[in-house]
Amino acid sequence: MNYVIIGNSTAAVGCIEGIRSVDKAGKITVISKEPHHVYSRPLISYLLYGKTTEQRMKYRPDSFYEDNRVTPVLGTAVTKVDYENKKVVLDNGDEIAFDKLLFATGSSPFVPPMAGLEEVENQFSFMKLDDAAALQKVINKETRVLIVGAGLIGLKCAEGICSKVKQITVVDLAPRILPSILDETGSELVQKHIEKQGVKFILSDSVAQFSKNSAQLKSGGKLDFDVLVVAVGVRPETKLAADIGCKVNKGIVSDIHCATNLDGVYAAGDCSESYDITSGQYRVLALLPNAYMQGEAAGINMAGGEKAYDKAIPMNAIGFFGMHIITAGSYDGEAYVVQTEQTYKKLISKDNLLKGFILIGDVARAGIYTSLIRERTPLDTVDYELIKEKPQLMAFTASERAVKLGGAKE
Amino acid sequence: MPVDFLYPEYEVIRNPQRCIACRVCERQCANEVHSYDTELNLMKSDESKCVNCHRCVSLCPTRALKIVKTDHTFKTNANWTNEVIGEVYRQAGSGGMLLSSMGNPKPYPVYWDKILINASQVTNPSIDPLREPMETRTFLGKRPEKLERNADGSLNTGNLPPNLELSVPIMFSAMSYGSISYNAHESLARAAEELGIYYNTGEGGLHEDFYRYGKNTIVQVASGRFGVHKDYLEAGAAIEIKIGQGAKPGIGGHLPGAKIVGDVSRTRMIPEGSDAISPAPHHDIYSIEDLRQLVYSLKEATNYQKPVIVKIAAVHNVAAIASGIARSGADIIAIDGYRGGTGAAPTRIRDNVGIPIELALAAVDERLRQEKIRNNVSLVVGGSIRNSADIVKAIALGADAVYIATAALLALGCHLCRSCQTGKCNWGIATQRPDLVKRLNPDIGYKRLVNLVSAWQHEIKEMMGGMGINSIEALKGNRLMLRGIGLNEKELEILGIKHAGE
Amino acid sequence: MKRIYVNEKWCLGCHLCEYNCAFANSGSDDMVKALKDIHINPRIKIEEGPQGISFAVSCRHCTEPLCVKSCITGALSVDNGVIEVNKDKCVGCYTCIMICPYGAIMPGNDGSVIQKCELCTNNSFGEPACVRGCPNKAIVFEER
Repeated sequence: MNYVIIGNSTAAVGCIEGIRSVDKAGKITVISKEPHHVYSRPLISYLLYGKTTEQRMKYRPDSFYEDNRVTPVLGTAVTKVDYENKKVVLDNGDEIAFDKLLFATGSSPFVPPMAGLEEVENQFSFMKLDDAAALQKVINKETRVLIVGAGLIGLKCAEGICSKVKQITVVDLAPRILPSILDETGSELVQKHIEKQGVKFILSDSVAQFSKNSAQLKSGGKLDFDVLVVAVGVRPETKLAADIGCKVNKGIVSDIHCATNLDGVYAAGDCSESYDITSGQYRVLALLPNAYMQGEAAGINMAGGEKAYDKAIPMNAIGFFGMHIITAGSYDGEAYVVQTEQTYKKLISKDNLLKGFILIGDVARAGIYTSLIRERTPLDTVDYELIKEKPQLMAFTASERAVKLGGAKE
Repeated sequence: MPVDFLYPEYEVIRNPQRCIACRVCERQCANEVHSYDTELNLMKSDESKCVNCHRCVSLCPTRALKIVKTDHTFKTNANWTNEVIGEVYRQAGSGGMLLSSMGNPKPYPVYWDKILINASQVTNPSIDPLREPMETRTFLGKRPEKLERNADGSLNTGNLPPNLELSVPIMFSAMSYGSISYNAHESLARAAEELGIYYNTGEGGLHEDFYRYGKNTIVQVASGRFGVHKDYLEAGAAIEIKIGQGAKPGIGGHLPGAKIVGDVSRTRMIPEGSDAISPAPHHDIYSIEDLRQLVYSLKEATNYQKPVIVKIAAVHNVAAIASGIARSGADIIAIDGYRGGTGAAPTRIRDNVGIPIELALAAVDERLRQEKIRNNVSLVVGGSIRNSADIVKAIALGADAVYIATAALLALGCHLCRSCQTGKCNWGIATQRPDLVKRLNPDIGYKRLVNLVSAWQHEIKEMMGGMGINSIEALKGNRLMLRGIGLNEKELEILGIKHAGE
Repeated sequence: MKRIYVNEKWCLGCHLCEYNCAFANSGSDDMVKALKDIHINPRIKIEEGPQGISFAVSCRHCTEPLCVKSCITGALSVDNGVIEVNKDKCVGCYTCIMICPYGAIMPGNDGSVIQKCELCTNNSFGEPACVRGCPNKAIVFEER
């Protein structure tokens, strides 16, 4: 059996490990534009921060490909998939035959059209190791940085370089930071915390006109900068899949077995859509855990095993300057809120289920909440009053605890 | 507030250099001796509440604790001792009887420690129990008067009276469910089953969960008749009529209403919270003839399938009483010496009533032999059997088996703090408080009991082997194997043994 | 594989497991030296609730470990069934804390990396110290 994986990040690793748990013999080829050994993309900000190194940020050990008998074809892009003849065509002209194919193509930065952007010399995205390396080269203690986008990527970038540059300004069209994972109260708390580190926010505003080292804001102000980071968003890489007739909405459409509409073709990770059980919709859940688990499910199914990935939910664990944030699910429902000066907790329940939560500052044992969402645990089967107070197994019944902790059979 | 005349008997010594303020002592003390001062980050103790049970000492992970007897004292007086004065103060304060638990702690002579065991040298060589078979099995009950044979010459075993078979001549004596915890009972029951011996329900009835250990259970019928019904009688391997108990001869058992909760109440078949006060006598027994009626009622009720034990406290005229019992139809006589334990007894009775089991046993065995009725009954003795040597001596003095209880409780963790009557046993034994009961995990408890009895069995074999004896049967009543030391003529005469050197 | 199982029926809430865990992972051979005057941060934690219920919670070493699958750095891995953390790789993102259904992963002492039970395979104890020190067999280490 020939397995070909396009992409060499988390979903690809999940797929490889999934395949090898079923099929020890089949031939696996991994193809990626990037020349690097598989590394963890979210770590690029930690790399700039100095908390990890290129060696330590490898997502799997150096011997990973060898251990799993994988042929890595790195630094080479796939130009085309020939589905009829079951082969992929590389930019160097090589062709690699497959029986089963996985799209793990990830996403790429989305740069909206902005006037004068082409004039900015030092402009960067913040997605890949090479982006981080390039950014690192140009910054110093005197650098003024403008970051467009107050989302996860932009703010992680801000944290990563904060101590290494003179000034950081973050501009976003939205009225608050991290709108995709926080509510207003949460955004405000986190913004204040980040501001304490010297990062400046300009919200509900955007750049009307770029020139080489300055940005004219819609509101009328003008910002001088040395380096620009554009972190507005990402777009799933779906082109190769769409070209061969895979169904694509925002991302490549795949079912709970991570199979696309084409026989033998699978998709996993940031390029694909998952069924979000909290909202009941197919969504691109560009999250590392999601990518791994999709990839793993795809791999097992590609190798003839049976694995459903049917517990996808949005979830994020992220921290800025020592303030930890964990969020999960969706926020439509009845809210339970506890707020102190440094912490914020919001639990959202609906239809006897926990649908989502936001924890800021105190994130201890958050996984117990996440599990309630993932497992769709009916809240009337636990002591919700108790578990609202803090995540604890005490809120489950004694017999449920005996299963969880005592090894009793379900 | 009236002046408290009493000074704490014990002091809690905490080594501040070792204490890591983990607060295990605080959490484990039901008497609330220990507390934690959050401001000072220091553990403190109130020794006036300490009963010296060592729970804190045993669980302290850094061995930072010890309990010592206070050296605070009244002016030294051999007659008016600190203890005597303290008791007067307590009674002057409370107006009540003094209550105590476990056995008589007074420094009366321990005859076991004045008896020595023989060993073979050159002639009648000793036996090595590691290499030779050694029989510790024993049977309790009536012996047939003569052997009967069938027509073909084989032994007729069809008419034998019911017996108890013991793998080793040790049984756990009566402790009621109520006086001790469910987990203590479970430990005893499981150990008895694994060891091939018996435990005894005491007068608290038999919890429904423990019917499955019935073939290793002796069910007791006492003056209060608590928990007695047909299924109960049929559940056990034998039935014991309790006339008296060594710790408190002449009075009945008392279990305060506070311990009559939940399953205890149901098992005893009395209302929750009511004191279980057993009458001093059985109100239907005023003579040996009356006793015989009860013995036969019980036999009748159980189709003559189960031996009946009559248990009495060792009192002055025990030999004559035993003689009567041996003629009452009972199969086994159990005699409880004055050091026998209890969950609660009036202190004065515990400390001043009854006689030593060693003397009672010797007297009873001798009397039954003289009257040629020794084979009517087996003799089981208890009341402070502390180790395997005590057992060997008891058997050589004429016992068929022994009852142990205090030693069994020690195996379960009891530290003999003698505060059972408070119901706050920190070791989960003499308590019904669920948070304390759970401290005794029967998986651990039963194993410790099995260990103890197995260890004693090994030692009994060693001592028997040394004497050149290879079965309990051959040791029974073999007083030539014993010598007294430091005993006067009268004591030797009662014990029926020679003095060392003779 | 041998695992830690908890039987809350026998848990006394004495917290000795926490102290034994903290000691075992302290690197010190003297409990007093290791734990005196510090606030311990053990990898096993007791939950205490009403009616005297208490039980210890530590890593279950799941056969389908969500934490390992979710770890963004590859710091969490499975070695012979034991889920281990490579503190050198961990960046303290707490994704594992987000996903562990038992709440059995927690920040290490300074919060910069996480810590979890590794069944004492990576300290000098070699067998779980919580189990060895449990006075009532409320925590056992068994093959089942």
